[in-house]
Amino acid sequence: MDGDVLRDARGDVITKEQKIRNFNLNFGPQHPAAHGVLRLVLELDGEIVERCDPHIGLLHRGTEKLMESRTYLQNLPYFDRLDYVAPMNQEHAWCLAIEKLTGVEVPRRASLLRVLFCEIGRILNHLLNVTTQAMDVGALTPPLWGFEEREKLMVFCERACGARLHAAYFRPGGVHQDLPDGLLDDIEAWMDSFPKVLEDIASLLNENRIFKQRNCDIGVVSEQEILDWGFSGVMARGSGLAWDLRRAQPYECYDEFDFQIPVGKNGDCYDRYLCRMAEMYESLKIMRQCIAKLRATPGDVLARGKITPPRRSEMKTSMEALIHHFKLYTEGFHVPEGEVYAAVEAPKGEFGVYLVGDGTNKPYRAKIRAPGYLHLQAMDHVCKGHQLADVAAIIGTMDVVFGEIDR
Amino acid sequence: MADDIFAPAMGSTDALEELVEQILLRQAAAIVDHRIGRGELTLRVDPTALRGLVRYLKEDPACNFTTLVDITAVDHPDRPKRFDVVYHFLSMWQNHRIRLKAAVREDEMVPSIVELHPCAGWFEREVFDMFGILFSGHPDLRRILTDYGFRGHPLRKDFPTTGYTEVRYDEGLKRVVYEPVQLTQEYRQFDFMSPWEGADYILPGDEKKGAQ
Repeated sequence: MDGDVLRDARGDVITKEQKIRNFNLNFGPQHPAAHGVLRLVLELDGEIVERCDPHIGLLHRGTEKLMESRTYLQNLPYFDRLDYVAPMNQEHAWCLAIEKLTGVEVPRRASLLRVLFCEIGRILNHLLNVTTQAMDVGALTPPLWGFEEREKLMVFCERACGARLHAAYFRPGGVHQDLPDGLLDDIEAWMDSFPKVLEDIASLLNENRIFKQRNCDIGVVSEQEILDWGFSGVMARGSGLAWDLRRAQPYECYDEFDFQIPVGKNGDCYDRYLCRMAEMYESLKIMRQCIAKLRATPGDVLARGKITPPRRSEMKTSMEALIHHFKLYTEGFHVPEGEVYAAVEAPKGEFGVYLVGDGTNKPYRAKIRAPGYLHLQAMDHVCKGHQLADVAAIIGTMDVVFGEIDR
Repeated sequence: MADDIFAPAMGSTDALEELVEQILLRQAAAIVDHRIGRGELTLRVDPTALRGLVRYLKEDPACNFTTLVDITAVDHPDRPKRFDVVYHFLSMWQNHRIRLKAAVREDEMVPSIVELHPCAGWFEREVFDMFGILFSGHPDLRRILTDYGFRGHPLRKDFPTTGYTEVRYDEGLKRVVYEPVQLTQEYRQFDFMSPWEGADYILPGDEKKGAQ
């Protein structure tokens, strides 16, 4: 009846408001702020997120299963399709794993080319992330400016290997081919103009009231949380942990480059944004040194041997070279038995490949360790207690791409 | 095998040997075997003692493997202990990496390490999803990457790459329907191995040879 007074277990009077249940919200799988196909089941108390259960796997393509029935070289293009924002960094991990197992030494010029394109990949990634993060919190101009620069960088990729995105440029033993004439000059010219664009983007965002309100003190992660949840890359550096595999466990020839590792202070979304901006300047620094070194280092870009194709000119005259070419692209090369873990500092964090070879031409097992997988796993932990609108900002700052998370 | 040709990227082989000695001193019961190859340290461990070892590796100041990098598994269908569950750990403080491998039977449970490393949660879910290995003490062992209602464990070697079902949108029913896979052409598994090197089938023309 209307006049009845309801009491709870402790004897307190229950008013109508107290009977409101938590609200379950389905975020995605098609949501513009989800950066792909992410489904979040959110439990909301008013506007506060109480629980966040990410459902992933909507982009699962079975890459690891497919890799088991393909040769090592055929598997390489799958890596472009993992984190499609910075494709070459992924290929790099695969090549390093194979080179570690076969013990192949990469020629110096190829090594420098890899560093150059890895840094281009890093800028590609950070440009996309920084600007779409701005878009997630309401700014439209930064993505338009950032994507223009990304387009220029992708043209450089296209000139080097023929593809804008799915490059397949890094090969076990080096890189596919040398750069065409004039590409280094054009990259250098772009590098002179790019800092201006970065300054423009920074001038829009750095002191922007809305951008700061949406990002400062949002998604704060402490040092302990970084260790517990296995964060890497900018997610770790944003909280002041100067951990960068390029410096800590140098691979390729990163040990000879002079660059800084930007770290944040507060570990919030805003600091991570600043880190990414600063990392782009550092990447430019590395690229500049790299181009100078490349000019001084002519030579081959593939370690000629069993795992790489012979020179075109050789194939015209040598029967053995022709046979080798045919066998390499049909049977592929054999990798000795053993297991290896190779990791690179991809733009999103530690990207690793655990490769088990059984002595045949196909990997027995290849596990891809994507940084975004761990970052997204912590969604529940990081989002708890934030407002619904902050979820979009946190997804943005975690830099998730579903190609690599779902594999 | 030429294992140590490749110079390790981080801590030298000596440092790894020192580390192994220390671990063996304290945790000898948990470790079946150890190996240093290609600059990487691998410990074969007893799955029942896994949790204690991981705790030791995390908390001992000389090890300090505070970051869990990866958990995965490898299927060897011809072995009685069919699966290898593989753990990778990283110590940011000592700049070391370590790999633990635990061999388990198909019906065996592996202790979960979620309490020690919260990020093991999704990794263990993935191993469960892909291989069907159960983790005891895992708070939420659901499938993670495969479809809702998926059956089977795709990364087992006896699971076909094509899977068992396929989906299409049915215009009549106005929904996505699941059907058994129908291939217009056999799934192509090319045999590139040279017949001189290890073909385990009878070569065409050689049929009479076996009868003699």
